Amino acid sequence: MIKTVSLLFTRVWLRNFWVWKKHVRASLIGNLGQPFLFLIAMGYGLGRNVPEINGLSYLQFIAPGLVASSVMYSAAFEATYGSYTRLATQKTFDAILMTPVSVYDLAMGEIIWGATKGLISGLIMLGAIPLFGIVPSPWTPLLIPILFLEGITFSSLGMIMTAKAPNYEFFNYFTSLLITPLFLFSGIFFPMESLGHTPRMIVNYLPLASPVELSRALCYGYLNWVTWERLFILLAYSVLTSVCASLLVRKRLIR
Amino acid sequence: MQTKTPVIDASGLKKAFNQRTVIDSFDLIVDEGKCIALLGPNGAGKTTTINMILGLVIPDDGRIEVFGQDISHNLRKIKQSIGVAPQTDNLDPDLTVLENLIVYASYYSIPRHTAKDRAKELLKFFALEAKQDEIIQNLSGGQRRRLILARALINRPRLIILDEPTIGLDPQARHLIWEKVEILKAEGTTILLTSHYMEEVQRLADKVIIIEQGKKILEGEPIDLIKRHVGEYVIEIPDGGQGFDGLKEDLDGCNASFEEHAKRLYIYLKGPCPQAERLGMRFEHVVKRPANLEDLFLRYTGRRLIEDHR
Repeated sequence: MIKTVSLLFTRVWLRNFWVWKKHVRASLIGNLGQPFLFLIAMGYGLGRNVPEINGLSYLQFIAPGLVASSVMYSAAFEATYGSYTRLATQKTFDAILMTPVSVYDLAMGEIIWGATKGLISGLIMLGAIPLFGIVPSPWTPLLIPILFLEGITFSSLGMIMTAKAPNYEFFNYFTSLLITPLFLFSGIFFPMESLGHTPRMIVNYLPLASPVELSRALCYGYLNWVTWERLFILLAYSVLTSVCASLLVRKRLIR
Repeated sequence: MQTKTPVIDASGLKKAFNQRTVIDSFDLIVDEGKCIALLGPNGAGKTTTINMILGLVIPDDGRIEVFGQDISHNLRKIKQSIGVAPQTDNLDPDLTVLENLIVYASYYSIPRHTAKDRAKELLKFFALEAKQDEIIQNLSGGQRRRLILARALINRPRLIILDEPTIGLDPQARHLIWEKVEILKAEGTTILLTSHYMEEVQRLADKVIIIEQGKKILEGEPIDLIKRHVGEYVIEIPDGGQGFDGLKEDLDGCNASFEEHAKRLYIYLKGPCPQAERLGMRFEHVVKRPANLEDLFLRYTGRRLIEDHR
């Protein structure tokens, strides 16, 4: 497989970037609206009546997690609805595959593009955090590669769905059964410690838990050996999901 | 005689989708500078053959060489010199006409400024320069087809593959495309064409291959094939209720063959037949015309309606 991925994947990425630039405003508002609203509603609204968690106000507690969730939403959305439109509705993938671009170049370009969109959303959220009175730690720039890896994971998961999707309705499963539960139970809104031992073990290994923890750790500068474990889990997820997505995209497009 | 490596050299191709054979022991040789047409009803395997050459359908058996190189090893390099105009419109609706060409050029690693020059040249060639900033949705069917053709030429291909290039177009648009393809042909570009417009094939192709259900049934030069398998002239007589009894005996001594279909008698004549000239006195609406590729095609794939198998 390595033999058949080339730098041509960047052309696929650039094609998407070109199109994105044309509608940049609508695209950003569409992706960022939700996490921002959550931050305001939960952080300001609900947060006033919630006691401090580990020395953080409720707003401070949820803000880094919402950065991670905005990456998840943007990447997953792009790799499902966006990629599926290019695959099935517009036949853009068919057109690209008539050229020297291989199916793995195509899959890689699409996955990295989804991750890029995730990263853009995450960075804007991150940049907005100080507006809510949160001063990020000097470690925060390290969050950029973390959010990118998270983007790779979720855009790959989206591509897996795209490779299997018979129609747009199919993505409801993905959103309702994976994305929404992850958003609610990955430690963004309440500390993992409040879960029992078994549920905590399960949730810990779900794909959003690690980026949420890493985001919080880097934002507030408490790093320890758990951070490394988190990083390893995230890395493993991004590699596994992207390989799996590439193989499934190949299976769908090459008969 | 000089032996040159053919542009496409494929042999023993086989492919089945879900146990249904779509390509069966198919061979294909396309020589440099020639236009070869694959002719066949819907579902005969024409597009599958093209997709095999592009590495998008992996044959169950057989081998394909393009430009003398095995496609399973050098696909990326080979595709660098192939231009494809597919049957289904897959122009990029997110981009304008000019952007479609420039972005497509990037998939061939053509530098941006070269791409822009070539794109403008091609838009001029296909009479689309006035449309360069238009979005795809605003183009007519004929304009889209021309843009698809222009896009297929952006990499200056040695081989162009045209899959039903004029399907669904009105006669004006069709003739305009034929004109352009003839120019390309004259410039020495090798062309693999699929079509089920006989007129198109007769006009453009040096050689036709008739396929049905994934099998090659005839191959040769169009005029030669028509003469050999159909004849020089065809006489069509509609059955006005009188029946055709005794007619065959009347034409004794002529090199004629007969086929009756849908209340119409087709007489294929391979030589002069003075008796046939008198048929007009016995029957109404007798038509005598030169035999064409359509007769050949219909004789060999049957005058029945062949359902789309896909």
